[in-house]
This record gives sequence, structure tokens and C-alpha cells, in this order.
Amino acid sequence: MKSNRLNTLTNGIVKSNPTFRLVLGTCPTLAVTTQALNGLAMGAAVTFVLLCSNVMISLLKKVIPDRVRIPAFVVIIATFVTIVQMVMKKFLPSLYDALGVFLPLIVVNCIILARAEAFASCNPVLDSALDGLGMGFGFTLSLTFIGIVREILGAGSFFGLPIGSLGNISMTIFILPAGGFLVYGTLMALVNYLTALAENRKYAPSSKKKGKKEAKA
Amino acid sequence: MSKYVVSSSPHIGNDRTVMTIMLDVLIALLPAVVGSVVFFGFYALFLEVLSVAAAVGAEALYNVITKRDQTIGDCSAVVTGLLLALNLPVSVPFYVPIIGSAFAIIFVKMLFGGIGKNFANPAIAGRIFLLLAWASMMTAYVKPITWTDGDAFVYFRCILKGREGLLDVAALSTATPLASLRTEAAGLDIFNMFFGEIGGSLGETSALLLLLGGVYLIVRRVIDWRVPVTFIGTVAVFALIYGAAKGQALDYILPSIFGGGLFLGAFFMATDYSTSPNTKLGLTVFAFGCGIITSLIRFFGSYPEGVSFAILLMNIVTPYIDKAFVPRPFGYQPKKGAKA
Repeated sequence: MKSNRLNTLTNGIVKSNPTFRLVLGTCPTLAVTTQALNGLAMGAAVTFVLLCSNVMISLLKKVIPDRVRIPAFVVIIATFVTIVQMVMKKFLPSLYDALGVFLPLIVVNCIILARAEAFASCNPVLDSALDGLGMGFGFTLSLTFIGIVREILGAGSFFGLPIGSLGNISMTIFILPAGGFLVYGTLMALVNYLTALAENRKYAPSSKKKGKKEAKA
Repeated sequence: MSKYVVSSSPHIGNDRTVMTIMLDVLIALLPAVVGSVVFFGFYALFLEVLSVAAAVGAEALYNVITKRDQTIGDCSAVVTGLLLALNLPVSVPFYVPIIGSAFAIIFVKMLFGGIGKNFANPAIAGRIFLLLAWASMMTAYVKPITWTDGDAFVYFRCILKGREGLLDVAALSTATPLASLRTEAAGLDIFNMFFGEIGGSLGETSALLLLLGGVYLIVRRVIDWRVPVTFIGTVAVFALIYGAAKGQALDYILPSIFGGGLFLGAFFMATDYSTSPNTKLGLTVFAFGCGIITSLIRFFGSYPEGVSFAILLMNIVTPYIDKAFVPRPFGYQPKKGAKA
């Protein structure tokens, strides 16, 4: 039972990472990851909403009539998004401006709705909380990762700190949407390749050496 | 016994391979390469060599890493690298062609399966990647080195200078004639635009030298005449209409044709086999689309030049053009009563 719960938690981070494996929530993924910090903030906001809404929906799963469950889910999610929005506007106004319309759009983020529908509405509270936490953490990691790559290549800085004189030769395309797709696709391929490699290794230990060599390349 | 081989079609073969086609393209590009050295000095040649080396190197490396058969022998990477270099202004630093070629080969060509399977012309996609990555570098055109800078001695000394010296001599960055075309066509030096003594990227300035190569390719039947003729013709007609609307019907035609990368694009880039339609009618539609998009971007868009964007967009539409113009098999008659 305990390892099951651990699985629920780590499921969202690697095995069904919402960004790289489930390919959910791609719109905010591509839009806000021009800087690592924005990606991190977006991920944190989504994690909070996901955790709270998963808990709430799991608590209310017996009360909510099946026919109106989607509107009910959206109302619950919207409540938490509004809270995040107000808090951010008050305490982190610059981030609030940077995330712009994508902050209120968390309401319709398909990761949150998908977890509500697929997990929270048919699982106990603790599991739902762990699932929300894991999924949110996976989302945050992916967004920060994409943000770091795009920021280094596109602006020559790391979390806003300039790296040497890299800024002089930085490639603007990686801050533009085209570069977003480019980085997203490449990282997705890389993550899937490494995951497949790790899974192969689990079953066939003899291929370990070969796999390592390829991963390095 | 061995004389009677039973095999599937095609039964008629000739000596033409991917390599001979690519070598023909390289021969056709030779005048433009010589021109780039004449106009911009040996640093231009340095950029071209670097770009070709990066393209071939990237393809070789990719094949080694993914454990595929080596494909650099078909020379297509050489053509890609050279075309990309001809699209750069001479003022770019050395790493620009390297990154551009590597991107073009790895992301646009090899990741989609190599030659014949790429969705877009690698050189075009590489150029657009560089344009979006380093917009200011990619549009920093400098004046060509001219005889009027001094006597022959001064001229040859200029040609031998590297990038820094070159930037000192040619110094003044200059706009391509296209930049002023939108507002004012009269007063552009058509003579120099034809022979190539204008600002621009390495290979695009001289319409004459590109025309030489293009005619060679058409005569050798490497490319179909329909693409360049339709492409350039469409741009000319559009310029005529645009000029007529401004009351100077004829002034816009020649600058539109000779300016920018139209000849380079129409003869060498829009004619790429794997990214253009298979039928003659399809090719005409393809080139017509290229011409329209080029003109629209040039006259109404926010970029001064639209050839590369036009070709990229039409590359993407190519599968649909092929679907729309399926040739009728010889002797085939539609069934009576069947709905068209």
C-alpha cells in the first residue's frame, strides 16, 4: 500500500509526466516558458490549484451529481485560480504581469481537469492529494526545464542572471513561439528516448553500456 | 542467362544519380560563388567553405551517432551548405553559417529521414532560422567592394581583407534595393541590380550570374523551367499591378525581379525535388503561390524580403498540391455515371 502511494506521487513526475508524456497543457507550456522563472511560477501556480482542486473534488465526489460534474469541477478550479491570481497580484506583481492571461487560463488547463476527471473523482482524498502534488511537480519541473533551455539559448541568461557575454550572441528565435516548439519537441524526444532507455535497461541489463553511450551522444 | 533479368520497373536507366544532379547544381552555382568573392572579398569564400563543411560534417556526424549508412556521398549536404551561405550577408561572424548549416541538416533534413523525406528545403529553413535568431546580423548588408573605391591595387587589397578589415572598407552598411522598393521604385539602379553591384547577401546580388546557372540547369534538365518562369513571372505581374495602382506601371517590374533573393530562390531553392510537387501542373501552381506570397510580403508585409518565407510556406502546402493534381493514367477513362 505504501509503495502504491509512492507510485501515485512519482507517477506524475516521470512515468506520466503531463508535459512530456501526456502532452497536456501545451498552451501555457509554450507561451510562458520564455524565461525559467516564468516557467517555475506557472508550475507553482498550477501545482497549488491542482492540489487544492484534487482534494476538494475527491471530498465532494459523492455529492456532485454525475451529470453536472464538469461545471462543478470548473467552479471549484476557478475558485482556487482566483485565489492564486489575487495573491500573485498583491505580492508578485511583476510575475503577475509576465504570466498575463495564462494565469486565469489555468481554469481551463487540461491537466487539472483531466486529473479531476480521471483520478480525483474516483479515488480517496490522500491519493488525490498525492496525485495532484506529483502531477504539479512534474509540470513545474518540465516548464522550468524548458524555460532554462530557452532562456540560455534565447537571452543568454539563467534565471535572469546573465551568463558571461552569451547575451551578445543569443538567438532570439528561442524566445519566439517557433523556438518554443523547437525546444519542446526536442526535449520531448530526448525525455522519451531516455525513458525508453531506462525501461529497456530494467529488463535487459546487458544493454546498459550501449545505452549509456547513446545517451551521452 | 544473365542477359534476361526479370525485375520490376523502371526498366530504363541512365547515369543520372543524386550525386550527378547535385554536382550539376554546384556547377550552376559556381558563377554566383565567384561573384560573391568579386563583390565581397575572400571572406565570402571563407563563409561558404565553412558552411559547406558544417553541413557535410553535421550529416556525417548524425549518421555516425544514429548508426545509419553514411549518406554524405550524394553531395546534397554540400548543396545545402552552399545555398545557405549564399543567403548570408558578408558581415556575419563565422559561427553563423556553422549553426545555420547544422540546424538545416540535422533538424530539417535528417530528423525527418534524410534526403527526399524532408518537409522543407533545408537551406530555406536554415536561413529563416538564422533570420529569426539573429535578425539584426542577418540583415546587416554591406556595400560591395567596387572599382570606384580606387585603382585595381586598392581593389585587390580590399578583396583579401578578412571580416574586420572588410567591414572597415565597405564600412557603410547599406539597405538592399528592396527596402526602398515599397515606397519608391524610380531611381533604383537597374544596371547594377542586374550585374550585382548592390548590397545584399553573398549570392543573391547578381541576377546575371544566377541566370547563367539557372539556364544551365534548365538546359541540363535538372530543373523544370516552369518553376522559375512562373515564379518570376508572377512577381513581375504583381509588380506591374502594384505599380499601376501607384501610377508608375512599369517602374516596379525590373527592380522586383532583379532585387533580393528572387533569382536565387526561383532557380535553386524552389526547384528542390522533395519539397516541390511532382506534376507539371502542380509545379506551376506551386511557383505561382511562391510568387504571390513573395509579392505580398514584399509590398505589404513587415519584412522587406519574402522569397524564403514564400518557398517555405509552399513547401508545406506541397503534399496537398500533389493530392489535388493527380495525373490521369494513360488511357484511363472515368466510369460512366460516376460522380466527378
